[in-house]
Amino acid sequence: MSYVRPTFRHPDSQKNKLGYSRKAYEGAISTLCAGCGHDSIVSSIITAFFEMSIEPHKVVKLSGIGCSSKTPAYFLGRSHGFNSVHGRMPSVATGANMANKDLVYLGVSGDGDTASIGMGQFAHVVRRNLNMIYVVMNNGCYGLTKGQDSATADKGSKSRKGAPVSFESIDLCELAILMGADFVGRGFSGDKKQLLPMLKAAISHKGMAFVDVISPCVTFNNAPTSTKSYSWVRDHMEATSTFDFIPMQQEILTEYDHGSSIPVPLHDGSIITLHKREDKEVITNKKDAIASLEEAKVKDHILTGILYLKPDSEDFHDINQTTDTPLSQLTEKELCPGNEVLQAFNESLR
Amino acid sequence: MKRIERTNDFVVRFANVNGSGSASANNLFAKVVYRLGVPVSPKNVFPSNIQGLPTWYEVRISDKGYLGRRGGADFIIAVNGQTLRDDYDMVQPGGYFLYDSTRDLPPGFDRDDITVIDIPLTQLCNDEFSDNRMRQLMKNIIYIGAIAYLLDIGLEPVSDSVTKQFAKKPKLAEPNIRALEIGYQYAEKNHSDACGLSIEPSAAVGDRILIDGNSGAALGALFAGATVVGWYPITPSTSVVEAFERFASRYRIDPETGKKNYAAIQAEDELAAIGIGIGAGWNGARAFTATSGPGISLMSEFLGLAYFTEIPVVVINVQRSGPSTGMPTRTQQSDLLACAYASHGDTRNVLLFPSDPLECFEMTADAFDLADRLQTPVIVMSDLDLGMNDHLCAPFSWDDQRRYDRGKVLSGEELDKIEKKWGRYLDIDKDGICYRTLPGAHPEKGAYTTRGTSHNEYAAYTEGSAAYERSMNRLMIKWETARRLVPMPEIDIRDKNKKLGALYFGSTAASAVEALDRLEESGIPISSMRVRAFPFQAEIFDFIAEHELVFVIEQNRDSQMEILLAGECQVAPGKMVRVTNFNGLAITARMITNQVHTALLAKEKPFISQISAVQKETS
Repeated sequence: MSYVRPTFRHPDSQKNKLGYSRKAYEGAISTLCAGCGHDSIVSSIITAFFEMSIEPHKVVKLSGIGCSSKTPAYFLGRSHGFNSVHGRMPSVATGANMANKDLVYLGVSGDGDTASIGMGQFAHVVRRNLNMIYVVMNNGCYGLTKGQDSATADKGSKSRKGAPVSFESIDLCELAILMGADFVGRGFSGDKKQLLPMLKAAISHKGMAFVDVISPCVTFNNAPTSTKSYSWVRDHMEATSTFDFIPMQQEILTEYDHGSSIPVPLHDGSIITLHKREDKEVITNKKDAIASLEEAKVKDHILTGILYLKPDSEDFHDINQTTDTPLSQLTEKELCPGNEVLQAFNESLR
Repeated sequence: MKRIERTNDFVVRFANVNGSGSASANNLFAKVVYRLGVPVSPKNVFPSNIQGLPTWYEVRISDKGYLGRRGGADFIIAVNGQTLRDDYDMVQPGGYFLYDSTRDLPPGFDRDDITVIDIPLTQLCNDEFSDNRMRQLMKNIIYIGAIAYLLDIGLEPVSDSVTKQFAKKPKLAEPNIRALEIGYQYAEKNHSDACGLSIEPSAAVGDRILIDGNSGAALGALFAGATVVGWYPITPSTSVVEAFERFASRYRIDPETGKKNYAAIQAEDELAAIGIGIGAGWNGARAFTATSGPGISLMSEFLGLAYFTEIPVVVINVQRSGPSTGMPTRTQQSDLLACAYASHGDTRNVLLFPSDPLECFEMTADAFDLADRLQTPVIVMSDLDLGMNDHLCAPFSWDDQRRYDRGKVLSGEELDKIEKKWGRYLDIDKDGICYRTLPGAHPEKGAYTTRGTSHNEYAAYTEGSAAYERSMNRLMIKWETARRLVPMPEIDIRDKNKKLGALYFGSTAASAVEALDRLEESGIPISSMRVRAFPFQAEIFDFIAEHELVFVIEQNRDSQMEILLAGECQVAPGKMVRVTNFNGLAITARMITNQVHTALLAKEKPFISQISAVQKETS
């Protein structure tokens, strides 16, 4: 890790549509271990928001507890952040989102925070289809308490400590699909080319956009015998239908070869162009999405990319029929029925 | 036998099977008494069950306006075979026992000190109605008709109430009125002078209303502008949120779009329920949750987060009997300590103690102002008796000039005007309360990360001891500010010599006032103080200091208020005397007077063991 980041930026450095340079999207210096996968994800998040020209102060960052949950301090320094309690980010995000539907909500969590202590809240925030981006930085271990196995560690996988994992792992993407998420993707912190457009598409999606990013723990879980190590993931990655994300007519291409293309328009007008592989099913079908994940597992492959997508999603506010003005901005005028109503109420009891 | 002969001053108790529709019939009776202008206080004693277990409905009628539980029953309507014996035995000497004589009383029911009134309820009902469900429901209405005769109410006030109740569905009123007539006529024909109890129209009720505390709390939240509620179903708090949603679906709909000016979210558990409240409070909405003891246990971690990160949120705790699942449908005031210091570390929370539905309304509304002003959780400490039973109280009113106090929240413009560097936890005004900002307020200023880890004045993470101590000490300055903002205690000086004092709070008030009146009548004047909030004010310390002996009356085993007072007020040992009831039913005036007498006797005659002072009457 570096302790100092130069404050100087070249005057001609690239600016986005809002006139901000990338610096406006950066945060404090990371205190994670050198080489931590999380830092690469942080970098992709910064780039995604910068390139999409989203006003930083219109973004809310939320997290739970753990290495991953520390990262919101390292990006979007001009956004409000909420580092809540372990496993409870989803409920805080729900409340925050209820208060003001006009902001962008980015939740960052880890595999311990989501797949163990926060499993209930994760399942239910997905089920509510809260309009947010939910990123899990998934390293298969508890880094901050020195490397215990997490619930996403694959059975038989060996961490630095050497003992194989005894239990079945939890596949958060499969779970998210089953719980009703309409945008589910899996990335790898070592593959920014894929992660960046995936994050952008997640930001554009209305409703729950769940992105599981495999992010090796260089200190405790990067042994070659671990299925969450850089080397293992690189050797076993299999991209599902590849895609391009096209926000505001600006095409960002991924590196993958592709055959036939299917454009999928998102809520905000941007388009995901899916490049269907000959041997793969369409990812807009829930049943096929689950089957693809299971088939990849049999082959010891990690399926990455956008795994499932239903673009015409109804988020919680649609279901609740929440009023257009953010609830936090309503005043006595809209909220208080007044004494006359109360007197009529008294009378109705008599 | 000397019959009890009384007007507008007695207790009627209904013994039913739950799930049989009895509660609404019995409530009809209470409502009729109320509409005749006679002060009335119904209490539903129900099981944690949907159908088939014993349930009682106790109605106290008191022209003098004593509306706590009195203890004992003068007239019992026994419609539950399972509890027939107990109900029979419970009738006060000289009292009345009405039973369904379709089946004879078993042998051994041979008291000669009560009047037994036999009415073949099932027979009468089956002769008139053929539908099974109707038979079950109308049996209840038949006995209401009978007591309308026996208590000299007359048929008209009851049938008027039925007509009013079914104003929108007059077809449903018809069988009810028929059932009333059947019961009334049977009693008139067969028991023409059986009962010495009677109800006469009175002016004692005045303009007071009859309503449950949970509806009051829900209206308080609605009027105070609560827009977000996260909740999880738990007896006895569920009806707070149900009432809020009922009112909101009427008064919180945007007239142009038909959309909702609120969001009520039934969460996956109580942790999420308060997490939703905290997230919304942090982001500028007024938010609350309603729960009971087990929920408080689950919410404790989050309460500590809100205390330490300074986020407003309102919790309505409708207390029930603990520990653990305890008696989920019985009342208690046993979450005091759990709420006052909820969460690990040095956490303290503001508590409010409403004593009737009007205070449930007012204190819940005030709780939102306090939470916003103090940037901290505020817990409204109701209980099952107060929350779920109807109580007589002054009518609700709202000052239309009132403006919500949203506390120290900086807008984008205000942030631009600040010359020095803004810090989320800088105590500019020296009252311990700092200025907060909301997400989205300003493109470049005012952003910070809220964290449950220790933080300095600029919200940055720190493990520095000095910064940590500064923040913890500042929270105590804020606590002192809270002491000045929360509602003052209500003091009633009866003993000018300042010898004896009594202290109570919440729903204990009704029985306490009656007990103190009785004691004064018997030559023992005791001054009283009703505590209305925590932190305690100097007036509370002074009251205790000024009196030789202070009875602390409350509804839990451990005298939690006494413990809280002893710890917070540095009270000398032996000064406070515990008066408690924790049997799950509301405390009665008799319990209080008995325990006070016993304690005073023990003071005069020290050879009587102190133990006897805490022996309880359990009826």
